[in-house]
Amino acid sequence: MSKLTKEEILKLAFLARLKLSDDEVEKYQKELSSILDYVKHLDNVDVSGLEPTYQVSGLVNVSRKDQIIDYGVSNEELLKNVPVREGVYIKVRRMI
Amino acid sequence: MVHWKSIKQEASDVANGTTSALANVNKSLKLIQDNEEFGAIISVIKDRSIERAKFIDAQIAKGQKVGRLAGVPFIAKDNFLTFGSETTAASNMLKGFNAPYQSTAIEKLEAEGAICVAKANLDAFAHGGSTENSDFFVTKNPHDKTRVAGGSSGGSAAAVTLGLAPFALGSDTGGSIREPASFCGVVGLKPTYGLVSRSGVVAMASSTDVIGPITTNVADAALVLDVMSGKDLLDSTTIDNDPKGYELNGVKSNISGMRIGVIKEYMGEGLDPEVKKVITKSIEIFKKAGAVIVDVSLPSLPTALAVYYIVVPAEVSSNLSRYDGQRFGHNDLNAKTLEESYVNSRSQGFGSEAKRRIMIGTHVLSSGYYDAYYKKAQTVRTKLINEFNNAFKGVDALIGPVTPEVAFKIGANSDDPLKMYLIDIMTVAANLVGVPAISVPAGLAGDMPVGLQIMAPQQKDRDLLILASEFEGLIK
Repeated sequence: MSKLTKEEILKLAFLARLKLSDDEVEKYQKELSSILDYVKHLDNVDVSGLEPTYQVSGLVNVSRKDQIIDYGVSNEELLKNVPVREGVYIKVRRMI
Repeated sequence: MVHWKSIKQEASDVANGTTSALANVNKSLKLIQDNEEFGAIISVIKDRSIERAKFIDAQIAKGQKVGRLAGVPFIAKDNFLTFGSETTAASNMLKGFNAPYQSTAIEKLEAEGAICVAKANLDAFAHGGSTENSDFFVTKNPHDKTRVAGGSSGGSAAAVTLGLAPFALGSDTGGSIREPASFCGVVGLKPTYGLVSRSGVVAMASSTDVIGPITTNVADAALVLDVMSGKDLLDSTTIDNDPKGYELNGVKSNISGMRIGVIKEYMGEGLDPEVKKVITKSIEIFKKAGAVIVDVSLPSLPTALAVYYIVVPAEVSSNLSRYDGQRFGHNDLNAKTLEESYVNSRSQGFGSEAKRRIMIGTHVLSSGYYDAYYKKAQTVRTKLINEFNNAFKGVDALIGPVTPEVAFKIGANSDDPLKMYLIDIMTVAANLVGVPAISVPAGLAGDMPVGLQIMAPQQKDRDLLILASEFEGLIK
């Protein structure tokens, strides 16, 4: 079984914007490795001549009229779940 | 635990004054309160449901026409956006979230007079098969409190089994309606991909997510599907519904001469002997009714779970990237910088299963691994679809078990995520292929319920429901 290194786990956590404790790093090293080992089954499947399927509805280029539909939801309603606000603005921390 | 008549009967009793919408809502709210110990419900929609019930009763008093589901209470899985309560997806991330709009499915049910009285427990963000991944509490199986109710729609299945309401809504990404329905002994329908709008339902894996009903009988599931299905401007993956509709109204199919395929790969190694007995008995029932039973082999089925656990975490990691703590959801107020705010909000708001799936998804989509994992999985998916299409050229329906075992003990699989994932082995294929599938109660293994899984070709939901209803009649 090829085990993911600590560095690989930390890189994934960085890409996914997650902070992991040392225990979590160790746990995910073990668990992700065994899951990835399981999905390695697919290496031996012959798929020559086949294309990947990304969606199964068969629909293509679904479009609608470019018009505003009023669902009766106010700006205030839409903003009520914002954690930190200033007036109608979403307030975020400094960037640098 | 039968507290309700058929949905149709309940609605007609309200419309003709035998009972009232308010009496139904109060009855449901009381039952929810009396059954708290099972952990099926996260929140109750009290004020709004009473208000809606009074409105419907007033319409009836004035002699106005009411909808097909007038005054019928129901329970929605807590990943459906609803008014009158929080929508949490059983996650700390969305604790305290009040939806500014409702999901299309809820709107359609409400337009016919149904009343959403409560929100059901689930594995957080629908990640799991037991509700043990709920960030709040575990749902207990009504047949045995030491066992799981299944998942991720475990709260919905337990609620219907306990009779808290005539029906509940679930979502099914890899078996999350059928597996808990099988574990609890109720009917769970996963419709064709795209048949029910997913607008306003917390997204898990967009290429396999579907919405469906959990009910005590097949005719009820058909009626709820009839109301919820069809194209929606707010979900561009939706398809047209069957012009004949889905309501059964006593329609019979002629099982005699029908060709039913038994999925060979599901009947072999790993299937619990007691479960196998129940399924074998179900096959005999079809045979006695005149069906031609054929053994069908879908050679790629053993790879379906591996495909699923690449494709789904990939889509999960993409869908969960929206939770950055800025616009809604958990936010770490102590963070000093924006980057720290993203990282801390996500690390605190997501539970360990969500993190695990985000990490797997990030890995299989990352450069250097994309072709080997994600693209390969999606290509094997094509192979699986081709095998299903071929199989359906020779049979009208495919049957098999829903799960290899009955509901397991709470905690039995918690220490090994891979073991937990293996529970989905017989349900994920229908999602990857997009075909409709249903779990119908078929008997008991020991004291625990076993469901029979029936699958039909895409958009043959009506035929599937008719056949399932016939089976339900024959097994009784």
